[in-house]
Amino acid sequence: MEILIYGTVNSVTFALIAVGFTLVYGVARVPNFAHGSIYVLSGFLTYTFIKDLSMPYPLAVIVTLLIAAAIGLVIYRLILIRLRGLPTSEIIASFAVSLIILEGLRMQGIWGFKGFIGPFYMLPPFIEGKVSVFGVFVDYQRLLIIAAGFLVVGALWFFTHYTKVGLKLRAIAQDEHAAMMLGIHSDRTAMISMAIGSALAGLAALLILPLGNITAEAGYKVLIYALAVCIIGGLGSWGGAVLAAFVIGFAMKISTALFGAMWESVVLVGTIIAILLFRPSGLMGRQKELEERV
Amino acid sequence: MEGTKTRRKKRLDRSIKVRTEGIYALSSWSEIGYLMFPRALLIVGLLILPFFLDLYWQRVICQAGIYALLALAFDFLAEFVGLVCLGGALFVGAGGYISGLLNSTFGWHPLICIPMGTIGGAVFSTVVLIPALRLRGIYFAIVSFMLPLFAVYIIIALSIFGGTEGISALDTLPNTWVEIYLILSVVLIALFLVRRLVNEDMGLILRGVKENDQAVKASGISITNYRIRAVFIAALLGSFGGAYLSHLYGWLGISLFSMDFSILPIAAAVMGGLGSLAGPVLGALILTPLSEALRGFGQLRVVVYSVILIAFIVYKPEGIMSWLQRKYQQFEHWEEV
Repeated sequence: MEILIYGTVNSVTFALIAVGFTLVYGVARVPNFAHGSIYVLSGFLTYTFIKDLSMPYPLAVIVTLLIAAAIGLVIYRLILIRLRGLPTSEIIASFAVSLIILEGLRMQGIWGFKGFIGPFYMLPPFIEGKVSVFGVFVDYQRLLIIAAGFLVVGALWFFTHYTKVGLKLRAIAQDEHAAMMLGIHSDRTAMISMAIGSALAGLAALLILPLGNITAEAGYKVLIYALAVCIIGGLGSWGGAVLAAFVIGFAMKISTALFGAMWESVVLVGTIIAILLFRPSGLMGRQKELEERV
Repeated sequence: MEGTKTRRKKRLDRSIKVRTEGIYALSSWSEIGYLMFPRALLIVGLLILPFFLDLYWQRVICQAGIYALLALAFDFLAEFVGLVCLGGALFVGAGGYISGLLNSTFGWHPLICIPMGTIGGAVFSTVVLIPALRLRGIYFAIVSFMLPLFAVYIIIALSIFGGTEGISALDTLPNTWVEIYLILSVVLIALFLVRRLVNEDMGLILRGVKENDQAVKASGISITNYRIRAVFIAALLGSFGGAYLSHLYGWLGISLFSMDFSILPIAAAVMGGLGSLAGPVLGALILTPLSEALRGFGQLRVVVYSVILIAFIVYKPEGIMSWLQRKYQQFEHWEEV
């Protein structure tokens, strides 16, 4: 029972982390390697707003999400827009942005900036307290993550299937040239997707970070998890991403329960390699993607 | 644009450049000299450079050599095989660990351990990367980026090979001059060998794999086979860097897998000019001392070379090397249009 519940929490966490990355890659074909850094940055921003500027929590959350979206927009507008269609350069440039943000946060002693180093940065949870579910104690924050996770994935599915902007995003993803002929502004749409993706990274950070400390290293870990989910699930497919999140989440929890916590990462690598060997297009990848990646 | 006078830059090949194409280069000493001058400048420059430096900066040159090898490997894989490898640290780590472990377990001399570490590390990295070789473009980049980080997790989790602390007190190389000339000669040899390789038949096939792998496949040539060979060659360069590094400082640890070894070479390659092979080496020789000079500022140096990387990739994607080449081979002047 404990494995089931905590496995679900873990899986939903992965899904939340990966959903923004999948959206941006699936739509704009931009591998946003700055995803992890935006995640960490949002955590630090909220912390600063609450602790140093003493904003109320909900306001801080909203401001942070807006800033995260703005950062995504700026990254796209200033840098990535010049590199569209050059995958190598896109990866390198967005990863460099990620390094600037993460290492910048760790920087110390320049212009009186103290740097975010040390184990002391924690966000308060939205709701305190625990509840017993089938005899297992779960705190409300974890339940909130599950609820929010399903809500976000559902909302995104609705957004990309039934709203005008969402349909534009999918049109660009399917056939950029045809979409442009129908009057869809390719760069503007990609910019929107980048903003939404970054805001989603921020949202994931605000939901997940109260469970532990905020550290700059988390940025690399988050990026890896997002990439792992996308590889296993097949990039750009919602169902695949969610399924992959559950596969990884449960695989890691079960291996922890059976062999101990240190095997987590080993299992993660094993899963990825096995998937690459047997299903190179990912669990739910379609034929088109197969052509692209193999 | 109508009505306004605009200027444009007109470029013309120097006559000597045209005369030195093909067999005619052998027709006179001045033309041979024109061809040989840049190469000779690089070789002689690198070989006499250590005499002008003190011990500290000699060490920096050793490191620059390691980064130059990695940058060369990155450029070779990215521009000639079409595999963007963000995991240069995997090569360094594999080579460094194998060489260091051989030394600490059996007590063999570093000059035996380094070649064994080079080959062993290259074989290991290639085998690890084989499942990913079926992938293309960003997918390969993603997997190669994750592997060194996972290697760190695994070493910490299982606390094998000295765990977090690593193994210290490995044998070092006999003296500074051996250290510095070993790496410099390997860099030069590797540079000219790879340059030759990409112009041979194998280089042609590799470029075919990059541009249109279906066509290569249709010619009855196995793509995966050639990709494996290419990765092995690149891994040889990186693993030598790692094996050498662990004996340079007499220490091995998880920082051999650190991201510096993946990122700085890429920055160097972009700065020097992708696809020119000599450019990345040049870039590493410029960027490493720069990053060393900023060492006092801690994490700022990572930020600085990331900014340089973005600036070059956005505003000057051709890199330093092709700029130099243009200056050497062409004259240019403004003309009114």
